[in-house]
Amino acid sequence: MSNAPAPSPTSSAAMYRALVGIGSICALLIVTAYLLTAPAIARNRAELLQQAIFGVLPGAVTIRPMRRDAEGRIGPAADGEKAAFYLGLDGGNRAVGVAIEASGMGYQDLIGLIYGYSPDQGRLTGMRVLASRETPGLGDKIITDPVFVGSFKGLAVPLSADSTRVAHAVEAVAAGKRREPWQFDAITGATISSRAVANIIAASTAEWAPRLHAQAERLQGVSGGSESH
Amino acid sequence: MDPKATDGGRAADDFLRGAWRENPVFVQVLGMCPTLAVSNSAINALTMGLATSFVISFSCLLVSLLRHAVPPEVRIASYVLVIATFVTLVDYLIQALSLELHAALGAFIPLIVVNCQILGRAEAFAQHNPPLRAFLDGLGTGAGSTLALAFLGPVRDLLGSGSLFGIGVFGSDFEPWIVMILPSGGFFTLGAWLLAIAWWRRRRAGAARMQEAS
Repeated sequence: MSNAPAPSPTSSAAMYRALVGIGSICALLIVTAYLLTAPAIARNRAELLQQAIFGVLPGAVTIRPMRRDAEGRIGPAADGEKAAFYLGLDGGNRAVGVAIEASGMGYQDLIGLIYGYSPDQGRLTGMRVLASRETPGLGDKIITDPVFVGSFKGLAVPLSADSTRVAHAVEAVAAGKRREPWQFDAITGATISSRAVANIIAASTAEWAPRLHAQAERLQGVSGGSESH
Repeated sequence: MDPKATDGGRAADDFLRGAWRENPVFVQVLGMCPTLAVSNSAINALTMGLATSFVISFSCLLVSLLRHAVPPEVRIASYVLVIATFVTLVDYLIQALSLELHAALGAFIPLIVVNCQILGRAEAFAQHNPPLRAFLDGLGTGAGSTLALAFLGPVRDLLGSGSLFGIGVFGSDFEPWIVMILPSGGFFTLGAWLLAIAWWRRRRAGAARMQEAS
């Protein structure tokens, strides 16, 4: 542009006009795209969560979103309300367990996961990692390693004698060092990520397990109403 | 006749310049951050290439359409705004297609905004040329970028995780070279390709010289 005549300086008003104009065009494009894709994105999210819930609650055929009120009592969530956890019911409308979302710090970033818990058996029924940025090839084995993922099925969450607290939190131990039913093998090379998963579940079960155990009959009482398959 | 003289020839030239002759990754070695970061698997590389192509070509189109309306003082700000808009669109689009893919690409979709290949084409070409040529130039650069990622992704996928597009190739006995899917593996693979391409270009230039001499 060196041979072009020196451009006369543009007035602030003209710059302002140009930027506001372009901004408006861009805003219009973004809003349109948002409106067009929002239903599909919401559907994908719900599907992913649904899959994960069924994955951690073997035997469940129906899932019911549940809530907890200010006094700590649990009951079915109202339509559109964010669920505190999900109750899985089998074909005969009996509660098979609950699926609870939990998150905590991993090696790189927050790990988000969902686990299934059976208050009757006092055991976990499964675990799925929903979101993580763990190191590919190492930390991400918490998602891909079938042995690790499988080790949460049946993992014990023993309560104290008076059932008011968790007696032994779940614990990741070096491979082959497992002695107790609440311990599971950490992944070799991904010890920090494995421990992170243990800590997330330990913190969440400490809060939920005694409460769910105390209100187990309320869980069994949940039936009828709107069902989501 | 010079092929550039015809409209079709010029269009092909606009496209091929970015796609091959001045390939943004292998020739200009631009935009290395996303290239090295997301080429850790074939599917990531391909999606990132397509997403970048979409953003580049439509940003160039819009920049070209607006080229008489944007005062030179605020052009960079305007271009970044335009690019960010298309990145947001592509982000929504990928989320609508597959959340898994979106999670795998993670932070790198928003970072397309600062990929210098895009601002480079807007500044060097789109702002001086009519919309169709600008679009083709952007599409060519995007195709070049995708091509480069298609060279890198499958190699790292195969060696680093023993699979291609999520399908196991070597069986469970294969111990993956984890380094290949970590950032350093990106440098190794890119370096090897740059070496191969430089060698090939040199050989070709040598052959052309021999032909001239004879």
